[in-house]
Formats: sequence, structure tokens, C-alpha cells
Amino acid sequence: MSTTTDTTQVEQTVYKSLETFGADPAQIKREATFEELDVDSLDLAELSQIVEDEYGVKFKSSDVENLKTVGDAVDFIVANK
Amino acid sequence: MGERMSRPDDAAIIVTGAARGIGAASAQELAADGWAVAVLHRNGRGDAEALVQQIVDQGGRALPIRADLREPDEVERAFETAQQELGPVLGLVNNAGVRADNLALSITDEDWQLVLDTNLSAAFRLTRRAMRGMLRARFGRIVNVASVVGPRANPGQANYAASKAGLIGMTKTVAAEVARKGVTVNAVAPGFIATEMTKDVPPAVLEAVPARRAGQPQEVAACVRFLASDAATYVTGTTLYVDGGMSA
Repeated sequence: MSTTTDTTQVEQTVYKSLETFGADPAQIKREATFEELDVDSLDLAELSQIVEDEYGVKFKSSDVENLKTVGDAVDFIVANK
Repeated sequence: MGERMSRPDDAAIIVTGAARGIGAASAQELAADGWAVAVLHRNGRGDAEALVQQIVDQGGRALPIRADLREPDEVERAFETAQQELGPVLGLVNNAGVRADNLALSITDEDWQLVLDTNLSAAFRLTRRAMRGMLRARFGRIVNVASVVGPRANPGQANYAASKAGLIGMTKTVAAEVARKGVTVNAVAPGFIATEMTKDVPPAVLEAVPARRAGQPQEVAACVRFLASDAATYVTGTTLYVDGGMSA
């Protein structure tokens, strides 16, 4: 069961990671697509590792393919925590 | 964010097959260059411990770790031990290698698998594991010890040649994948080097070497040290031949 706290916490982790990957902090929001943020497949693979280490959530390659926006990733992590 | 241009002070490097030969010489060079060195070995405990003592006596940091790299669990365990005891693993030298020579017609499945598992699959597993921390640190150095055999033929070594050519192929592709994150991946390709592995090679082989002598492990180790150093920041995906001109 997810809570608002969970979502906020996961958002922080994802936003911070995206910043580290070089995304413009002003552009990082739920609706932003990874393409717009210039976040590529290697960045998403790295994000998967960070999420696995912090939350124990494992992404399959097919899961990652379906994540188009930042919100998609946050929701996926919260739902699978 | 881009890459980090210099190695963090507490960085550790794993050298596989480090009890003897090129691995041991590389461990010494890397320790002298300031890396904390995990000396991985399978059955060279005495040699590995002596090497570690030598490094420590010279003011360096090193730790012997026994692991059979054909076992994925042991790869993971060795990596964790290195990281806990020495510091963040930001360097990796995939040097462990075995030979099981025969004409292709006579290579058994077991001898094929033994060589590919040790020389290539173990290197891949360690690379995959080590890259996680390297990507986050925006700094990493991976050096794969390949061979002149692979890029060129050597009858009697189809399994060894396949493993070493595979290492070079892996080197190039992984290098291209992670280059923008400050992680470099290179290979060295030694020719005829005077080690335990080549002691049964007939001296006549030297006629094919323009330098007319066998190389010493230190001469390969110096190249490994360079590729793992801050001086080699813009060198990635390449294979440095250390063969006395054999491939020229």
C-alpha cells in the first residue's frame, strides 16, 4: 500500500538521480518525458540500479521500455515497493 | 553531469589472477600508483599473501581474496569483500586466464567451457558488477588483459583465441556504452611474455617476435598502470598491443 510520503520520497530519489544524469532541474516534473529531459537508456539503466539498491524494486528491460515520463517511473516504483 | 577527471583518493582496484605473472606485476604497479589493490587468486594463496606483504611494506594498501571466478556467487562475494575492506571499487583489471590447448577437432566441451568461463564470462560478470559504482562515481577504469592470440590465429588455441577476441569485442562495446560517464574500458594484448603460462612454449616462437626476446610481466603491467591512470582519461575502447612488434 502506498502513501503520500512514499510518493514524495520516491520522487525525491528520482528527481535527484535525473539531475545527476544532467537533466535541467527546472524541467524535471512528473509530466516531463525522459526524451525531453535528454535521459537515455544508460541513464535509465543506472536509475534502475539506484532504485533497486534503495527500494529493492527490480526493473525488467520491458518495464523500462514502458516508462515514458518521470511520473510513470515514480508510480511504477511506488506500486512495486 | 560529465566525468570526474581524477581518481578519488580512497579508490580500490580489483586485479584478477594476481598471484603471479602479469597480474602480480600489475598489482604492484597499480599499488605504486596509489590504488588500494584487491589481489584476487584461485589457488595462489602463498604467492598472493607474499605480494600483498610486499605492497604493504612499500607503503601501499592491498588485500588477498580467494575466489573461483567461474562461480557467479564467488564473483559477488569477492567484489563485496574488496569494497568493504579497501574502499569503493573504481578500477578492475580482468587478467585471470587459463589455457586448455588442443586442435579444434579435439577440444572437449569441458575444455571449451573452462576457458570461456574463466577468461570471458568471469570478466563480464565482474565488469557488470563494478560498473554500478563506477557510473555513480563518474569515474572508472577497466582494463582487460587480452592477447595477440584472438586478433590473430594460433593453431591449437581455438578456445583461448575465442575468449580473448571476445574480451576485445566486449571492451569496445562496453567502452562505447559508458564513455560519457567517465568510465574507460580498454584492453592490453600481450604477446609472448615470460610467465608460468608460457614456460612450455618453444623458444623458436621468438623468431616471430621483431624484438627477438620474450616480454617481461612488468612491461605489460606498465601499460595496465597507464590505462588505469588519470593520464589516460581520453583513451577508451582501444587495445594496446604489448608484443615486441609481433602484430606490426
